Amino acid sequence: MAQKSVLILGGGIAGIQSAIDLANMGNRVYLVEKKPSIGGRMAQLDKTFPTNDCAMCILAPKMIECANHENITLLTYSEVLEVEGDPGRFKVKVLKKARYVEEDKCVGCGECAEKCPTKVEDEFNAGLGQRKAIYKYFPQAVPSTYVIDPEHCRIFKGKKCGICQKTCKARAINYEQKDQELTLEVGAVIMATGFDLYDVRPLTEYGWGTIKNVLTAMQFERMICASGPTHGHLKRPSDGKEPKNLAFIQCVGSRDVRHKRYCSAVCCMHATKEAVLAHEHYPALSSTIFFMDMRAVGKGFQDYIQRAKTEYAVEYIRARPGRITENEASGNPVIHFEDTTTRQLMSREYDMVILSQALVPSESNAAVAEKIGVGLDDFGFVSPSEDPLNPFATTRGGIVACGFCQSPMDVPDSVVRASAAASKVAEILASNGSERA
Amino acid sequence: MSKAIRVGVFVCHCGSNIGGIVNVPDVVEYAKTLPWVEWAEGNLYTCSEDGLSSIRNKIDELHLNRVVVASCTPRTHETLFRKNCERAGLNKYLFEFVNLREHCSWVHMGKSDEATLKAKDLVRMGVAKVSLLKPQEDLATEVTRSTLVLGGGVSGLTAALALANQGYLVEVVEKEDELGGLLRFVNRVFPTHRSSAELLNPLIDAVLAHRNIRVHLGSELVEVKGFVGNFSAVIRENGGSRDLNVGTIIVAVGAQAHKPEGAFGYGRFENVMTQLDFETQCGRYDRFKRVVMINCVGARDEERSYCGRFCCIVALKNALLVKEANPQAEVTILQRDVMAVGRLYEDYYRRALEKGVRFVRYRKAEPPRVEGAGTRAEKVRVLHTLMGKEIELDADLVLLTTPLVPAEDNAALSRMMKIPLGMDGFFLEAHQKLRPVEFPADGIFVAGCARYPAEITESIGQALAAAAKAAIPMARGKVVSEAFVAEVDPGLCSACGRCVSVCPFGAVDWAEVPAPDRKKRSVARVNPAECKGCGLCASSCLSGAIRLSGFTDEQIFAMIATQR
Repeated sequence: MAQKSVLILGGGIAGIQSAIDLANMGNRVYLVEKKPSIGGRMAQLDKTFPTNDCAMCILAPKMIECANHENITLLTYSEVLEVEGDPGRFKVKVLKKARYVEEDKCVGCGECAEKCPTKVEDEFNAGLGQRKAIYKYFPQAVPSTYVIDPEHCRIFKGKKCGICQKTCKARAINYEQKDQELTLEVGAVIMATGFDLYDVRPLTEYGWGTIKNVLTAMQFERMICASGPTHGHLKRPSDGKEPKNLAFIQCVGSRDVRHKRYCSAVCCMHATKEAVLAHEHYPALSSTIFFMDMRAVGKGFQDYIQRAKTEYAVEYIRARPGRITENEASGNPVIHFEDTTTRQLMSREYDMVILSQALVPSESNAAVAEKIGVGLDDFGFVSPSEDPLNPFATTRGGIVACGFCQSPMDVPDSVVRASAAASKVAEILASNGSERA
Repeated sequence: MSKAIRVGVFVCHCGSNIGGIVNVPDVVEYAKTLPWVEWAEGNLYTCSEDGLSSIRNKIDELHLNRVVVASCTPRTHETLFRKNCERAGLNKYLFEFVNLREHCSWVHMGKSDEATLKAKDLVRMGVAKVSLLKPQEDLATEVTRSTLVLGGGVSGLTAALALANQGYLVEVVEKEDELGGLLRFVNRVFPTHRSSAELLNPLIDAVLAHRNIRVHLGSELVEVKGFVGNFSAVIRENGGSRDLNVGTIIVAVGAQAHKPEGAFGYGRFENVMTQLDFETQCGRYDRFKRVVMINCVGARDEERSYCGRFCCIVALKNALLVKEANPQAEVTILQRDVMAVGRLYEDYYRRALEKGVRFVRYRKAEPPRVEGAGTRAEKVRVLHTLMGKEIELDADLVLLTTPLVPAEDNAALSRMMKIPLGMDGFFLEAHQKLRPVEFPADGIFVAGCARYPAEITESIGQALAAAAKAAIPMARGKVVSEAFVAEVDPGLCSACGRCVSVCPFGAVDWAEVPAPDRKKRSVARVNPAECKGCGLCASSCLSGAIRLSGFTDEQIFAMIATQR
């Protein structure tokens, strides 16, 4: 029996899980990820609710499993260009972008980045830290190959430099490297393109970008992460002081007809987890979570919320704050809100405020969907399946979807759906006529 | 034979998880002084490709024949490091894991000096042990290409069909005389409001028509033995019993609706019923003028702390159905939080608001009261939290929104199959985040409401996920089990049976061996294919008859002996 092949778009936890399942069944898997490393959003998380497992600690073995699996071909820093043909016989074109660092030579030692003179805002750390123009996406990146960011590298801007090339003992730097176009033949495709963070700037009432001590939830996540820019220490952006009290505002851009009217599904638990972690780091620290409905519906979630209240000094206030101002003397954000249970207008000052921003389909989703011929809904999520018995179907036969690109969902749901998508693909491959032994 | 032992020690910083507390360079220098150690180094993340390639390079360059990694936990990383040794041509059982994170840095935060001393102790013990490890070979066993699916509801049927379509044989065991599970009692499904039969019937028809599926109605599992690839099950069917040999098992036994006897007039007033009672009985939705629904009945309380996950959506559905059938009807949902999670359900919630369904939030401490006369409920009083005062609602129908609760047989099934139940009475998966449909024992999977309340789409997702997991060993045709397993010395075994009862994987049973005085005697025997090497049997054996390879007395004593 000839080995059957699958293309998976997106190397986050969903794509990784689908890849491992299908590869373990004996299929050849091409895992395409647009970023320089697989890992996706989960790689940015410090810990995960409701078990408080360290995200990287449970994700890294899976990333490595992908990299080492004899049946998985990783295509990172790559994009799909087109999918032609029919289920069972798709012809796919993938663009493998030039890293300007040769994968088979780079040992990931990092000396190049140490010497690189160009500093750039670090996207992986949600803009909180800086990286160099030659960089590894994050310390545990898979593959561990460095990459040159041509938008910022001095060489690509026509300036004199070449320091990384001189530094690299492995002779891996190649400024002449070109993008490559690969053609693959696959029987089915899984779309697992994940999510991006909603830009909260238009919500001017909450002052993100103008009030220094107002952060987004992802910024806070990177800050409290031991491998993040502050090594897990909470530091107020305005003065570097350790905060004593935090406030989290829920549904920032979600459940809001002016922005995204859907519920982003993970933020109630995410904020609770961040408040719990902050208290673990600093036992004197307390948090307030301003919410509309506390949507803790998963297994073990209600117990987690109860523990947050009783053991981790987390207070929940049912309110949708109207505005945040800044106490200019202290730099403290001041939240103005109506407590709906007491019907009082109140103002409270906090050392730091964290906005649980809406989560949106990956910004590349529209382009990817167009290239591969999959329909999206108004929000940019994959159009819901018409077939109630196959919630993973897309508008194009042979292409299934799973994870956040379908609808907001948390890690366990994404993992379930990723395995489910693998099962649907196994069915598609099995029905592919005479090839079956 | 007596090749010199050459140990490499790799100490991980784990970012700052270990390196922030333990002085890693110090531990590395110390490791270099230990017997047999040819190489020691620190890594930012030993599990990263950098760290792994460094281990491989050193095995190659320095001819290391033993490897110690001092980092996190074998639970998540042992397979990775073993495979890595294998890639470098070293037998994977010549690797020893030292846990400097869970066992050291995390529990000794703020005590750098002491933690560093302890880290050295742990590394010294690891080196002592690794020097005594022997190469081992894994055991491979054939896999029967068939699956036993317990439960003929939407989860079980979906899993069965998926596997059958992939060419595997499936035995579906359903205790009722009919397929369909709980969904048979549901009238319409959200958010499309199509009849549940429209969804269920094609699924049932496809299962019944499939040549790879055998359906056993009115039957139940009475015994299961064996291990992944080779389970032998006995079911009771039509008064008789039948043996089934399968490679994998999917537990999709579903759940039951909670009946809140005595609460809110349930059982006393004929017009107080659960949402499911209503769906089964109502027939028409336009008969009601004033409907009050009370959510979280028997959920998120002292007795049952969990949220029913989709009961809010059931309430929204029935509210919409009543409202759409009779726009004049007053429908009020008394709720504590509206759990309309995700993309579709928030819109569904908004649709209910737009149709005029009223939502009133109540507090757990001040639940609504249902009042009536004779057998009819007439009013519901509730403290309206937004208004801050009690309101009174007339009602010709009161619907109690209750969660699904675990099936009654779960405990018995859990004992019979040796699969764990959670505190809530639902089956407990191997890992909440990353192994949501697996059990700790290989080859047995869980899907749907047996695990936790799941609506139809979720149940289908979990069923397909379980099918994917079950397909893996069957597609491969064989399973490989670890060589670190327990072994009984029949000469020393006193046949006390402790090990048999203590084994969580059912891997220990009885075997007859020749005895000098009598013809035969029974002793304990470990089936290596089922043994996970947990060591419970070895440590509970009073006769010292059980030896666990990889954790022999000799190795453990060597570790202890390194302590001053």
